[in-house]
Amino acid sequence: MANTVTQSIMVVGGGMSGLSAAVEAAEAGYEVFLVEKNPYLGGRVAQLHQYFPKLCPPYCGLEINFRRIKDNPRVKVFTMAEVTAIRGVEGDFDVTVKISPRYVNEKCTGCGKCAEACTLEIQNPFNYNMDTVKAAYLPHDMAFPMRYVLDPSLVKSAEAQKVKEACPYDAIELDMAEKTLELKVGSIVWATGWKPYDVKKLENYGAGAFANVITNVQMERLAAWNGPTQGKILRPSDGQAPKTVAFVQCAGSRDQNHLPFCSGICCLASLKQATYVREQIPDATIYFFYIDVRATDRLEDFVNRVKADDKLVFFKGKVAKITEDGASKNLVCRVENTMTEELHEIPVDLVVLATGMQPNTSETPLPTPVPYDEYGFVASMDAMPGIYAAGTTRTPCNVAESVADGTAAALKAIQSVVRR
Amino acid sequence: MDKKLATYICTGCGIGEALDIEQLSKVAQKECKAALVKTHACLCGQDGVAMLKADIQNEGVNCLMIAACSPRVMYDVFRFDGCLVDRVNLREQVAWSQKPGDEDTQMMAEDYLRMSAAKIGKMDPPEPYKPEEEISKDILIVGGGVAGLTAAKEVSRAGYKAVLVEREKELGGFQRKVAKIATFPYKGLKDNDVEALVQEVSKDGNVTVYTGAKIEKTVGGPGVFKVTIAQNGAVKEHKVGAIVMAAGWKPYDPSQLDPKLGYGQSPNVITNVQFEEMAKNGGVKRPSDGAVPNNVAFLQCAGQRDPEKLPYCSSVCCTTSLKQAIFIKETNPEANVYIFFKEMRTPGQAEDLYRKAQEEGVIFIRCQDPQVKASGASVTVEALDDLLGDTVLLEDLDLVVLATGMVPVTAFGEDYAQVRARLRAGETEQKKEEEELEVPQDAILVSDILNLEYRQGPELPGLRYGFPDSHFICFPYETRRTGIYAAGCVRRPMGVAAAFEDGAGAAMKAIQCVEMVSQGKAVHPRAGDMSFPEFFMQRCTQCKRCTEECPFGAINEDEKGNPLPQPTRCRRCGVCMGACPERIISFKNYSVGMIGDIIKSIEVPEEDEEKPRIVVLACENDAYPALDMAGLRRMTYNAWVRVIPMRCLGSMNLIFIADALSKGIDGVLLLGCKYGDDYQCHFVKGSELANIRLSKVKETLDRLVLESDRVRFETVAISDYDKLPKILDDFAETLEGVGPNPYKGF
Repeated sequence: MANTVTQSIMVVGGGMSGLSAAVEAAEAGYEVFLVEKNPYLGGRVAQLHQYFPKLCPPYCGLEINFRRIKDNPRVKVFTMAEVTAIRGVEGDFDVTVKISPRYVNEKCTGCGKCAEACTLEIQNPFNYNMDTVKAAYLPHDMAFPMRYVLDPSLVKSAEAQKVKEACPYDAIELDMAEKTLELKVGSIVWATGWKPYDVKKLENYGAGAFANVITNVQMERLAAWNGPTQGKILRPSDGQAPKTVAFVQCAGSRDQNHLPFCSGICCLASLKQATYVREQIPDATIYFFYIDVRATDRLEDFVNRVKADDKLVFFKGKVAKITEDGASKNLVCRVENTMTEELHEIPVDLVVLATGMQPNTSETPLPTPVPYDEYGFVASMDAMPGIYAAGTTRTPCNVAESVADGTAAALKAIQSVVRR
Repeated sequence: MDKKLATYICTGCGIGEALDIEQLSKVAQKECKAALVKTHACLCGQDGVAMLKADIQNEGVNCLMIAACSPRVMYDVFRFDGCLVDRVNLREQVAWSQKPGDEDTQMMAEDYLRMSAAKIGKMDPPEPYKPEEEISKDILIVGGGVAGLTAAKEVSRAGYKAVLVEREKELGGFQRKVAKIATFPYKGLKDNDVEALVQEVSKDGNVTVYTGAKIEKTVGGPGVFKVTIAQNGAVKEHKVGAIVMAAGWKPYDPSQLDPKLGYGQSPNVITNVQFEEMAKNGGVKRPSDGAVPNNVAFLQCAGQRDPEKLPYCSSVCCTTSLKQAIFIKETNPEANVYIFFKEMRTPGQAEDLYRKAQEEGVIFIRCQDPQVKASGASVTVEALDDLLGDTVLLEDLDLVVLATGMVPVTAFGEDYAQVRARLRAGETEQKKEEEELEVPQDAILVSDILNLEYRQGPELPGLRYGFPDSHFICFPYETRRTGIYAAGCVRRPMGVAAAFEDGAGAAMKAIQCVEMVSQGKAVHPRAGDMSFPEFFMQRCTQCKRCTEECPFGAINEDEKGNPLPQPTRCRRCGVCMGACPERIISFKNYSVGMIGDIIKSIEVPEEDEEKPRIVVLACENDAYPALDMAGLRRMTYNAWVRVIPMRCLGSMNLIFIADALSKGIDGVLLLGCKYGDDYQCHFVKGSELANIRLSKVKETLDRLVLESDRVRFETVAISDYDKLPKILDDFAETLEGVGPNPYKGF
């Protein structure tokens, strides 16, 4: 057992795994510092329209987890925060946390007067830049904490003072600077999650240049009412509803030139998105181009349910190339049917690339040495004594697996600080 | 508690512009009888909070009605120890969603003050439940496989004690039979280290191990479970606080397989389980003569993904067959190894093992329907290769391995509904009819694992295919029995890597449960709630509705049918309170009387004023936040609605509807979660039960000679806030068509 100096636990990453680790540890009686890079908690899950296989809204699960945090003063949340240094040993870590300026303090009530006064708009990160948002903004409808953010571009602009004065509660601090905190913790759960594989690297699929080739994460935003199109699935090029939609599986996954591993969730995610299309566009033809449908355990039921759709073509074959017609912005998927060996050129209106999960640790590793696998995942949950990896930091996983993993990591973190 | 009520009205965030605050203050003073009424331009600011604190300290205020923003925000700012606080949602659900300065908006705000006063009037501070006997923080672990052993190890490392019960004579579970394992980083086969885990747990002084033992009986609830363990004819009793249920799985019975798979037709057709046993005990041989097999075929999905057999995918068989194929190749590189598969399922880094098998020269044949022909030692597999389009015929195979699946041990045993039917066969027809409730019963199989002395049945209810979880996505370890957490393959088919994490995760939940219960607090989903239901037994008519309907089986029954509540098993949803026709079940801060008073406090204008009133009973977990978000988006909706949040719509008692309608309220709208197979209710069946109860509302309506259109149930998800205004407006429109409630003014 470690020579525990403090019983506090730090959780890095406020997505599903980190959120779970934090609330589970706190409800067992431990003080938790939850450090999140975004201005809000919830991670990628907050940006999803629905979960498979129940087709239920992620907000529902987030609400209850947020409520657990609200009811539990033991969880201290730091948003817009990143861990920059870890020193020390199990039971006695000193962690440096860098907090970027939000330019809005805790006096913010969420009334929205700043946004009203602001005319400057920025690309909306919550909607993967598919629309714009005021530069004084609430990240999304269920943002937690329910507090506005000012984009640095606004702070530097001529409008800044006007926006500041619009706030009736003196909540805007234009001179807010980056802050550094030193926190003492006994153990750390690292759950910084994943990012979608960069489509720019997929040259055969247009490298991000084709307007009507979108990614699976963007599709979630298109289908969501609080997304850029108020939930309407429309072609980015012309705002028209697509008549044919292609889901291209393994876009970067299971590919030695990109991500050699399987991202695990994309098959189910695309089939779920096929239900979004079907609900809105009853006569749309949907192609699902795949190598294997990877639906483990009871998720098989969901595949069978989707298979009942007779306008959804399960097409076994990996799309070799996508081309775009310059004028119409229509697309052609060139694909070999592995069942018949025939080469097909299939015209479609919208392509959804099932881009894989790249662990964020592959680009932003922990600020202390831990073993990784060749793909940048932390090699095991027990990364090193007192530091535990959870969720997609370790292996691609779905929401249920992230919760399970975060919960397990919480116990390990407790073991590192428990006094016997 | 001697209550001193103060009302604080915030005028910030548009509330002051939308409402006549002076008028509101008068309502607070005269009608709500608040001893103090104050307004503030920013109640959540430092000044505002200082004012509240000063009043608590200097004026003896102990009940605070805070008329400001939603209770979902500024929760920490308005938390005052020792005081009752009620948040009146004037911001999101009035000022932001109604026409500012309008008479109807004002009336709505005034009603919300009255409703809050009524609520506070019936509210008492909850006192945590402390059982008379001492709480145990020990954890019972059922099953000594990888998940159970890991749970025991992790429980001990966290400083708690564990009792581990394993049915077999030795620990290790299925992994004991396994030669090599496939796990991270999936670059090849690894040695099976389960023995080290067995040794660690066996030597751990914090873990009491029973092997060759079974649980005869489990009584009580979290913190106070009493478990009777039988071993070698002796019986031992342990008191534990929570249970990790990791009883594992059984291989699918190969004799049930389609004959075309050849099982039983040749000794050389075996299952993946038999393969492991061979590999572990002296190596893989051709069963017919003990020769080294040179031609081996694996057939995936033997009985799995088949609606007639096992409809689900067992998750691990692809990886297992790859492992076994590589095992053959490593021991006999000259062997021809084939894998017949529909789809290769190796998610995550397990893809590397697939690649490794390809590199080792394993031949993959993608096909839908392989056929095995066997006679004596000779075995042939024929299949239509999807890729080649040709028939593949493999003759003279030495060994065919069928990848059979995992069945959770909870999927065996007689249906408890039949047991109940039998028990009741002796009862008279009339009594049976009386008890015949239309409440759907959980699927419980008498699988002889926990032997719970629970009124609703002896084992964990299954969700689908006998897996005992309760919330497939968000709360993976939860079951429908409080304090009992499922781990490992009994929960869902999983490989050894996941089972290790699962044991730790379920151990976490169990530890958290004993910590919460020892403080008298509820566990998930109302974690930390100190209230619990109290039964006024003198008025109980032994109707058994509460014991039948509790989604968590928290209430036992004595021989006469009296409920025997087990408070530590309670999740505090209030379903029993909604079910009770005698209205004898109450929480200190949530009761039938309280909701009744809230409804009665709503001012109902005379008919000629043409201002109908609608009571909205809204699930506080989903519908209520959705209403908040509608406000956040400044969507406007009907001004006749008066929203009352419910812990769960399942706590809706039919008397609420009678109370509302007999008072002249024009309609009642229930907003609950989606139910059915993909239910979204945190309390599993709450909204479904409310809907079933509603089928009885006709009696109420008939008695009052009122139209059935006056009561409506809608399922809404938390993300349906874009649709809520229309749902509310449509209902209001319907009520206009129906006309005013004739009970107005009575």
